[in-house]
Amino acid sequence: MALNAANTVEELSYAEAAVRAIAREMEADARVVVLGEDVGRGGIFGQYKGLQQRFGERRVIDTPISEAAIMGAGVGMALAGLRPVVEMRVVDFALCGMDELVNQAAKNRFMFGGQGRVPLVARMPGGIWDASAAQHSQSLEAWFAHLPGVVVVSPSTPQDNHSLLRAALQCGDPVVYIEHKTLWGARGPVDETLAVPLGKAARLRRGDALTLVSWSRQAQVCAEACERLAAEGIAVDLIDLRTLWPWDRETVFESCARTGRLLVAHEAVQAAGFGAEIAASAAEATGCRIARLGAPRIPVGYAPVLEAQSRVGVDAIVAAAKKLAG
Amino acid sequence: MDLDIPSGAAEALYRTMVRIRAFENAAETASQGGVSAYGQQAGGAAKVRGPLHLSTGQEAVPAGVCAHLRTSDYLTSTHRGHGHTLAKGADLARMMCELFGKATGFNGGKGGSMHIADFSVGMLGANGVVAAGLPIAVGAAHAQKVLGQGDALTVCFFGDGAINRGPFLEALNWARVYELPVLFVCEDNRWSATTASGPMTAGEGASARAEALGIAATQVDGNDVFAVHAAAARLVAEVRGGGGPRLLHALTYRVKGHVSVDLAAYRDPAELAAALETDPLARARGRLLEAGLEAAALDAIENAATAEVEAALATADAAPWPEAGAAFTDVQTTGAGQWH
Repeated sequence: MALNAANTVEELSYAEAAVRAIAREMEADARVVVLGEDVGRGGIFGQYKGLQQRFGERRVIDTPISEAAIMGAGVGMALAGLRPVVEMRVVDFALCGMDELVNQAAKNRFMFGGQGRVPLVARMPGGIWDASAAQHSQSLEAWFAHLPGVVVVSPSTPQDNHSLLRAALQCGDPVVYIEHKTLWGARGPVDETLAVPLGKAARLRRGDALTLVSWSRQAQVCAEACERLAAEGIAVDLIDLRTLWPWDRETVFESCARTGRLLVAHEAVQAAGFGAEIAASAAEATGCRIARLGAPRIPVGYAPVLEAQSRVGVDAIVAAAKKLAG
Repeated sequence: MDLDIPSGAAEALYRTMVRIRAFENAAETASQGGVSAYGQQAGGAAKVRGPLHLSTGQEAVPAGVCAHLRTSDYLTSTHRGHGHTLAKGADLARMMCELFGKATGFNGGKGGSMHIADFSVGMLGANGVVAAGLPIAVGAAHAQKVLGQGDALTVCFFGDGAINRGPFLEALNWARVYELPVLFVCEDNRWSATTASGPMTAGEGASARAEALGIAATQVDGNDVFAVHAAAARLVAEVRGGGGPRLLHALTYRVKGHVSVDLAAYRDPAELAAALETDPLARARGRLLEAGLEAAALDAIENAATAEVEAALATADAAPWPEAGAAFTDVQTTGAGQWH
C-alpha cells in the first residue's frame, strides 16, 4: 500500500475506521460520550470495539433497549454540555426514537431561538442486511433529508467513514449518520490526517457520457456497473454523494452540465426517494435528461428471490445508463 | 397556625403563585380568538395566537418545587409550562413577549407558549409533545453526573397523561439504572386533553409506577403550596445527597380547558366547583393570614403582580416583530443557506 510522507495511511475496515474516529474525538474532547445498546461489547458490528475498555463506562455507556430514552437522553446530554454519539443499532430501530430525533433534536435550536445546541451524532446503519427481512433492511435516508435541522451522512468507504464521522462529531449540529449494514468488513486505506468536509461529494470516475450519482453501498455497485459500461465505450462520471444533506450541488451540477444526462441510483425505495430530489434539482439547474433507479415500493422479503427484487443490481444500472446515454 | 418556614419564604411562595396566576389570566384574555379549535375560529386580533395551555389552579406545584432550585439546576417542562418557567426565575416580560411572538421574546418569536424557555436559568424548555421532556431530563441529569457537577440536579415536570406514554417508563428506568440526580414531578391535574385520565390509566398512577421501578415516590396535595414545598425540600435534599431519582406525585386540578379557548363543557360542573374550593392561592392566603401576615402585605404582592403583568403586556405589545430573515437562522450550521 502506498504510504504518504507522514506514514499515516493504514489499511482498516469500515468498522475499524469508525472506532478510530470516535477514539480520536474522545481523546481530543472530554465532552464526547457514547451511549447505546451493547456498545461496551464493541457493538454488534464491532463499530465501538475497545472503546469502553479504553475510555471507561462513564463515557461509553451501555444502555437498556430504550431507543426513545437513548435518543432523548442524547438530546438532554447535548443541551447540558456533552457531545453524544447515539447508537441506534440499525435505522429500523431508530424509528422507536423518532419523536426524540424529529421533534426534539432537530428542532431544539430553532424553536428555542438559538438558546441551545444539540451536537449529537445518531448512528443508524441502513440498507439491506442480507436475509434480515422487512424490519432490518430499510434505507430511510430520504426521511431525514426531508427534515430541517439535521445533517445526513452516508459514507461508503473506510476513509470516508473515518473522516466524515469525525467531521460529524465536530460540526455541532445533530447528525443522522447512516453507515451501511453490510460494509463493516470492507477494507481500505485510511489516512487519519485526511479531512473530508461534510457536504462534499467524491468523484469516483471521470467520464463525459453521463453522470451517475449514488451513495453508500450502492455507490460500489455503481462502480462495478461503470467498469462494464467502460468496456462498452461509455465513460461515466460517477459521483458518491457521501453527505445527503447538505448535498454537493456544485459537483453534481457541473457534471450534469457537462454530460447532459443524469442517472441516480440508490438502494432505497425509488418512489419519493432522495434520487428524485437530486434529479429534479439537476434538471432545473442544468436542463439535463434524468433517470432514476431505486427499489420497488415493496417491503424487503426474506427468501433470496424475494430479497433480490428490492436490490438495484449491476445489470439494471448498465441497462438504464445505456438507455440514457443512447 | 404557624408555618414551618420563615415568613419571608412563605411570602415568596405566595408571590410566585400570584405572579403565575396573573400571567395566566392575562395570557388567557389575550389569546381569545387566537386559534381555530373547539368550535372557535381564529380571528386576526388576538395578541397571543395558537394553542395556549394554562396552568391556572396548578400554581402551587412549580412554586413549591422550584423554591428549592438553583440557577445551575436544570428543569424540563410540558406544554403547560408558563408556571415552571416563571418559578425557575425567567423574566415575566420576556415570556409575554414570546407569547406575543415578538423578537424580544426568549425564543425571538420562534417558539411561543408551547416552547417557552429560558436556558440562562436552566429552564430547558416547554414541549409540545406529551412526555417528551422525560428522556431529555434524564439526559441532562446524566450529563450532570458525567461532568461531575457537584450536587446539581434536574427537575422534570410532566402530567398525568404522560405516564401512559413509553418515554415515561424508559426515562424512569434509565434514571434508576444510572442513579441519576433527577426529581420527577407529576402534576396530576386529572385531565388528558379533553379526556379524564382516571378511566384511561391502569393501576394507581405515577407514584405506583415509580415505586414498581424502585423509585421512591411521595404523594402530596398539589394545591397546598406549603405541603408541596415541604415534600420537595426532602426529595430535593435526597437527590442532591446522591440518593438517585425521586418522584413527587402532586394531586392538583386543571381549572381551565385543555387550551384557553376550550371551555371544558364536557366536564361535570360539580367537579370544577369542588376543585375551586381548594384553590391554591386562596388557601395559601388564608394560611398566611392565620400565621399572622398582614393582609396589606399580601395585597401588595397581588397588586405588584398585576402591575408587572400589565407592564409586560404593554412591553410585548410595543415590541418589534422578528425580521423575516430570522426564519432562516438557528436552523443548522452545516448546510445553512441550502434551503431547497
